[in-house]
Amino acid sequence: MNSDANPILTLAWTFGLMSLFAVGGANAAIPEMHRLAVDVQHWMTDKQFADVFAISQLAPGPNVLIVTLIGYSVAGVAGALVATLAMCGPTAVFAYYVSRLLMRSSHSRWPAIIQAALVPLSIGLMGASGLILALTADRTWAGALVTAVAAALAFATRLNPLWLLLAGGCLGFAGVI
Amino acid sequence: MPPDSPPVAVPAPDIPELATSTPPGLIALFVAFAKMSLAGFGGVLVWARRGIVDQHRWMTADEFNETFALCHFLPGPNIVNLSVVFGSRFRGIPGGLAAFAGLVGPPVVIVTVLAALYARYGEIDALRRILAGVSCAAVGLLISAVFRMMMSLIKRRDLIGLVILAAVFIAVGLLRLPLPAVLLVASPVSIAIAFVVRRGAA
Repeated sequence: MNSDANPILTLAWTFGLMSLFAVGGANAAIPEMHRLAVDVQHWMTDKQFADVFAISQLAPGPNVLIVTLIGYSVAGVAGALVATLAMCGPTAVFAYYVSRLLMRSSHSRWPAIIQAALVPLSIGLMGASGLILALTADRTWAGALVTAVAAALAFATRLNPLWLLLAGGCLGFAGVI
Repeated sequence: MPPDSPPVAVPAPDIPELATSTPPGLIALFVAFAKMSLAGFGGVLVWARRGIVDQHRWMTADEFNETFALCHFLPGPNIVNLSVVFGSRFRGIPGGLAAFAGLVGPPVVIVTVLAALYARYGEIDALRRILAGVSCAAVGLLISAVFRMMMSLIKRRDLIGLVILAAVFIAVGLLRLPLPAVLLVASPVSIAIAFVVRRGAA
C-alpha cells in the first residue's frame, strides 16, 4: 500500500469499504481489521491491536468503536472521527433504504432465507475473531487459562461481563498473566 | 419546557398495550439511544431491547425482533443499523440521524479520550499489565458468544450450517484470506443452499 497517501483518506476508504462487507457486525469484522491494520497498513503492532480490543470492550457503547481507537492511533482525533463515520455511515444509509424497500414489499421470503444463510457465516467470522485475538492476547499459559475460564463463566452463567473484564485486569495488574 | 407550550408537546402517559402509542420525538430518540449506548458494556443489544420494548414501549417484542433480524442480515454494525432504521421509522431521516447520533456520539467522545490516554500512557508497565489481563478476559467473552450462537445450530442439527461455519472459520481464521473474497464466495453458496433446503422442506 502507498504509505505516502493521506492517512485520513486511507482510513476513510478502508473502513468505508469494510462497512459494507461486515456481515455479522463489528466483532465478525475483527479478522479483517487485524489483517488491514497490522499486516497490510502497519498502523499498529499485534500487541497494540489486542490492547485496543480490550479498551473497546471495557468502554461503553457499541463494539464497533474499536475503529475509533484504530483511527485515533493513525491520525489523532480527526482519524478517530473519520474511521467511525466511515465504518457506520455507508451501512447506515444502506440499512435506511433497504428497510424502506422491505416495508413496502412485505412478506417476501427472501429476507428470511438470506438471514438464515448468513447466520453460519457470521458465527464462523466471529470464531475467526476469537482465534486471532486469542493468538495476539494470550502470550502465556496463564493468559490462555484466563481466556478459557472467562469463556466458560460467560457461557454458563449470567454474570455481568464487566466483572470478568475487571477480574482479568486485576490478575494482569498482579502480574499473574 | 415553557408553561405556555401547546399540549401536544407534553408526552402522553404510556399505554402498555399499544406499542407505538407515543411516537418518540427527535430529542427523545437521541436521549434514549444515548442512555442505551452508555449502559451497554460489551454490547448494546440487550439494553436496546430493554429500552425500546420494556421501558418506552415504542415497539412490541415481535416488532423489535423483526427489525433486529433485518439489521442483522444487513452488513455493518447491527446496532448502528438498528438505530437508523428505528429512528427513521418514527421521524424520517432526522429521526434516524438523531438515534444514530445518540448511539454513537457520547461513547465516541469517551473512547476518544481513552485513546488519547492510551497513546500517552500506554507504555506504562502497570497499564500494560492491566490491559493484557483485560484483553485475555475479553477474548474469552467473545469466544463464549460464539459458542452460544453455535449451540442453536447444534440443537437444530444444522449440519450444513456447521460446515459453512467451519469453512469460513478456516478461510478467515487460519488461512487469513481477505474478508471480501471469502464473502463473495461463501454468501452466494450459503444462500443457494438455504434456498434449496427451504424448497425441499416446503
